[in-house]
Amino acid sequence: MSDKTPRYGMTVDTIRCVGCNACVLGCKAENRVPEGGFRDWIITVGRGRFPDLSLEIRSERCHHCERSPCVDACPTGASHRTDEGVVLVDPRRCTGCKTCMAACPYGARYAHPDGHVDKCTFCHHRVSEGKQPACVEICPTKALTFGDLGARDSEASRLLARRPHKTLKPELGLRPRLRFLTRS
Amino acid sequence: MHNTQVQELADSLDRGMGLVVVDPRYSVAASKAKFWLPIKPGTDIALLLAWMNVIIGERLYDAEYVARYTHGFDKLQQHVNDRTPEWAYPLTGLRPDLIRDSARFIAASRPASLVHPGRRATWYGDDTQLPSNLTLPKYEYTPYDKSSESPRDRQEPSLYPLADETLASGLCDATIPGEAKNELKGWLVYGTNLMQALPDPRQTRKAIQALDLMVAVDVLPAEICGWADVVLPECTYLERCDDVWTPAYKQPFAAVRQPVVEPMYDSKPGWWMARELGRRLGLNDYFPWKDSFEYAKHRVKKGGFDCEAMQRTGVVLGEKVPVCEEEGLQLSFDTESKKIELHSAQLANLGFHPLPEFVPPEEPSPGMFRMLSGRAPMHTFGRTTNNRFLSQVFSENEVWINADAARAIPGFEERPLRSGDRVVLVNQDGVRSRPVLARVTQRIRGDCVFMVHGYGHTAKGLRFARGRGASDSELTTRYKTDPIMGGTGMNVNFVRIEREAQA
Repeated sequence: MSDKTPRYGMTVDTIRCVGCNACVLGCKAENRVPEGGFRDWIITVGRGRFPDLSLEIRSERCHHCERSPCVDACPTGASHRTDEGVVLVDPRRCTGCKTCMAACPYGARYAHPDGHVDKCTFCHHRVSEGKQPACVEICPTKALTFGDLGARDSEASRLLARRPHKTLKPELGLRPRLRFLTRS
Repeated sequence: MHNTQVQELADSLDRGMGLVVVDPRYSVAASKAKFWLPIKPGTDIALLLAWMNVIIGERLYDAEYVARYTHGFDKLQQHVNDRTPEWAYPLTGLRPDLIRDSARFIAASRPASLVHPGRRATWYGDDTQLPSNLTLPKYEYTPYDKSSESPRDRQEPSLYPLADETLASGLCDATIPGEAKNELKGWLVYGTNLMQALPDPRQTRKAIQALDLMVAVDVLPAEICGWADVVLPECTYLERCDDVWTPAYKQPFAAVRQPVVEPMYDSKPGWWMARELGRRLGLNDYFPWKDSFEYAKHRVKKGGFDCEAMQRTGVVLGEKVPVCEEEGLQLSFDTESKKIELHSAQLANLGFHPLPEFVPPEEPSPGMFRMLSGRAPMHTFGRTTNNRFLSQVFSENEVWINADAARAIPGFEERPLRSGDRVVLVNQDGVRSRPVLARVTQRIRGDCVFMVHGYGHTAKGLRFARGRGASDSELTTRYKTDPIMGGTGMNVNFVRIEREAQA
């Protein structure tokens, strides 16, 4: 393991994922996400015409971009990046102005009824105790892998070295930490 | 597919397993497959015959295994001789090269080929031949599910020669006067919403009216409770201790369910109801325990397990057991010839075809679609559709309709059907569904529609699920009973589609 500050990220295996939504429900229960709000969600992209079809299933959440437009847009400094690269919202400093929601190209944020904006934290509170994020732990097909993308020996890094992968909207150049493993 | 099987599927895909999926719908499994065969519903036997034609014709089978363990191979060979992929093409809608390539792929993986018959395996009323067909290619087919079956109570002799218990529709048949030898007078319905679980609710209602007494035990006020004389509300699994569960799985285990909170309201655990009923019937001796936990503990101790460890973790894992027959093991089968009977004299003696025979399915009349149903992975069958938490990710069912077929639906010429429109399904007997969302998609054949089971509730007590989506059970007014083993095939109903406003 590296002594350096970890660069947290997550891989989502689109082959293992079956779109069961356990990650969504696990997150909602763990983080008490109110009805109507979502910190993570499932996207299925169907392509082609019958019978020549393809389907990609993705468990999505905040991409924890290294260049984060949400952080840049936040007028109060409530949205910030930790040293590990996790993008967080400090609800005490958030005025609920939703500028960050408009700035996020991935639609990863929602307005919490308590008056602040809320989003995926990579389960910061669990990770700091040495646990896995709730979505990772609950996933029945082990499609999600959380870890230090800066350490070559982390499981996430190994998967990225071995498997074809992509980020969403790479043209924006935001260097997202959410990586999707695809069919080889 | 069961959760554990999905986990194994994901692992296997990772290890490079190739999957062949036969489904009229482009399911999630189909999207992971090397070969997707979008078969015309009801023609599975034609595909299986064509597969065997390829496997036998190209000598791709394990000749030694066939010689040692099977009986009647020559007759089967003759039988499938002209059942070529070209023969199957117009019947199944599957291109001959797709049938041929998938058959070769399955055979080339021998003996590491596995036929998974699906979770619910009775579809069209010709289903005895399906499993028998599935075993014919002769790979390492390991039906380990079978070993988990527990010994059953003795039953009335079945009406079907190869069945030892009454199935689905047989319950109503045995209750409605004049249809059975021994008419049932009382039902104790435990945790099953028969109004949705059985085909043709009209028949179920008729049977219930003929009963002297019906008692429903349930955790939810489902429709069946509204028909019961007595409802015994059971507490949920988080509020009760159940019996020790010891499935003979690949890794056998013993698990015990323990309460995390006290039962709420006036609900009671099932064991309490059983014991109280027993006492009142003078069967006290059968309930020599204080509660189910004492009973479970006794069983765990007798089984030689550490009771405290079990209590702490809820589960004790056993040794993994091999799931395949060991190499070189002499196999024996429960047939007259002690071999796998590819040509079954037993079936012939009973008046059935000794070899799998394809009978063309009924065709939908113009404007009609064959109705298929299935499950959603967010829910546990139809039992959790009233769960508000789960409903945040799946709150009502939709009816899947092929996009090209949707353009040709009578009545939709001026304004074509679009996803999100509400429609009403009307079946061949004029039964109308509740309004249901349409999902216009490329992911299904044009001759059938699909919906998730467990919606269209009418029970007032199901406060969340009530009024959401449509019930496939209401539309299943017809079913076909397999004449050999009595299985109830429910995919034999046809529906037409109307806009909600017309309803």
